[in-house]
Amino acid sequence: MFAAQFRREWLCVARARDEILNPLAFLFLGVLLFAMAFGGDDEALSAYAPGIVWVLVLLANLMSLEILFRRDFEDGTLEQFVLLARPPFVAVLAKVAVQWCVTGFAITALAPLAALMLSMPPEAVPMLMLCLLLGTPALSLLGAVGAALTVGVRKGGVLLALLVLPLYLPVLIFGVSATAAWAGGAAEWAQIYWLAGFTMLALTLSPFAVAAAVKISLEEC
Amino acid sequence: MNFESLQAFLAMGGHGPYVWTVYLTTVVLLAVNFAGFRRERRRTIRELRSLHAAAAAHPSPDK
Amino acid sequence: MLTFKQFWHRLGSPKWFYRMSRPWFVAFAVAAGVLLGVGLAWGLAFAPPDYQQGDSFRIIYVHVPAAFLAQSVYIVLGAAGVLLLVWRMKMADMVLETMVPFGLWITALALFTGAVWGRPTWGTWWEFDGRTTSTLVLLFLYFGLYALRQAIPRAETAGRACAVLAIVGTINIPIIKYSVEWWTTLHQGATFTLTEPPAMPPVMWAPLLVNVVGAYCLFAANLIAQLRNAVLRREGGAQWVRDAVAAEAA
Repeated sequence: MFAAQFRREWLCVARARDEILNPLAFLFLGVLLFAMAFGGDDEALSAYAPGIVWVLVLLANLMSLEILFRRDFEDGTLEQFVLLARPPFVAVLAKVAVQWCVTGFAITALAPLAALMLSMPPEAVPMLMLCLLLGTPALSLLGAVGAALTVGVRKGGVLLALLVLPLYLPVLIFGVSATAAWAGGAAEWAQIYWLAGFTMLALTLSPFAVAAAVKISLEEC
Repeated sequence: MNFESLQAFLAMGGHGPYVWTVYLTTVVLLAVNFAGFRRERRRTIRELRSLHAAAAAHPSPDK
Repeated sequence: MLTFKQFWHRLGSPKWFYRMSRPWFVAFAVAAGVLLGVGLAWGLAFAPPDYQQGDSFRIIYVHVPAAFLAQSVYIVLGAAGVLLLVWRMKMADMVLETMVPFGLWITALALFTGAVWGRPTWGTWWEFDGRTTSTLVLLFLYFGLYALRQAIPRAETAGRACAVLAIVGTINIPIIKYSVEWWTTLHQGATFTLTEPPAMPPVMWAPLLVNVVGAYCLFAANLIAQLRNAVLRREGGAQWVRDAVAAEAA
């Protein structure tokens, strides 16, 4: 059931290639902007690199959330999910999993490039990837709640950012501090456990919230 | 009374502007809040009255 | 005498609530007025100054009750969200609608008084320390609830959407609080521990207690007054509302 749903979502996303590429292009555009804003001061850039990477990851994730439910909402597919007898949160989970694959996972895979462009020490890159791998699922899961609530709202983009970004704060804090600690040469595991714990919590609770939110948004029409 | 004179009370040991800003803001907000109880209630009743008057003038077919 | 369960069921009925709640409102409004009046005057003029902070310490009598309320109101919103989604209680939706603006201004007051207190005490208007930051996040959470309701035209849908958001927010508040506090202790050490002595003498905390209780009475009075109005608006077509409105002096 999960697999079938996952395959369906995967095909949909694979056919709309711009949806995968846009957030990634945004990430690197952001890196470029920050590098220019720091005016060639590599040392300062390197010092702030963990924060820059994480803020850009948060925003890139946010960008791809807006279209998470949009297409299915417009063509009526979303209504079918709710009508089907099986628990709708499985379908929701599959949707979020695909969204994570094309944002969180893709970002993780490309993070070394961004990190090196921001002159982070190469030794810290594997740990950055681990942090991203553990933290980004929570972003997708929490963000999906906001996306489901705002799917029926015209021009919901800024609203979505307002609803979701405050909830991203713990991921940002633990992600940046873990990355910065490893970039500075300290082996810090506590924050990484926190990231994993937060993701697990989001994984257990948010599918239900997303399913409820989808149902509520569908009442609107 | 903790203060010896009105002057000392207003000066607040040199922190007057800060303390008085906070207390005046709070008192104003509380006054607005308390006045709001009555105002909101009047407005609700007025709105409902005109609504009911309109409904009486044009009775809907389902009633 | 009503059992709690009967009381609870009746609370779900807007009509019963409207009939019964007028004396409750008067009681809480009077209590709030008296307690806050006494507490604020006491804190402003009669409490002794702090041995370190001097008279700027008097700001505590406004700041702490506001900060308490800011959090409590959000928790009430989360609880109302559960009541609305699980038991479809109409009254819960009204709580969720009317208490967001109240929470918003109380949180703004807590932040404002904190900033004004920070200037003479720590020499800075704003510092991203643990409590300030989590209160600021709380402000954004309130604002999100407000904006979401504005964005959804149908009242019933807006109410249920806000309920989901309020529940998610309530679950996240302790996590956000913890993470922010962890972050600030990591970055700043213990520079910003409150400079109040570990045990405040009764002459100092008594007015604070009066103000805190007064603040909760203010919350209750606001809640009841706004609910009474909301009941009238939402049940506007019912016969008992027509009678109640007609009986009201012009």
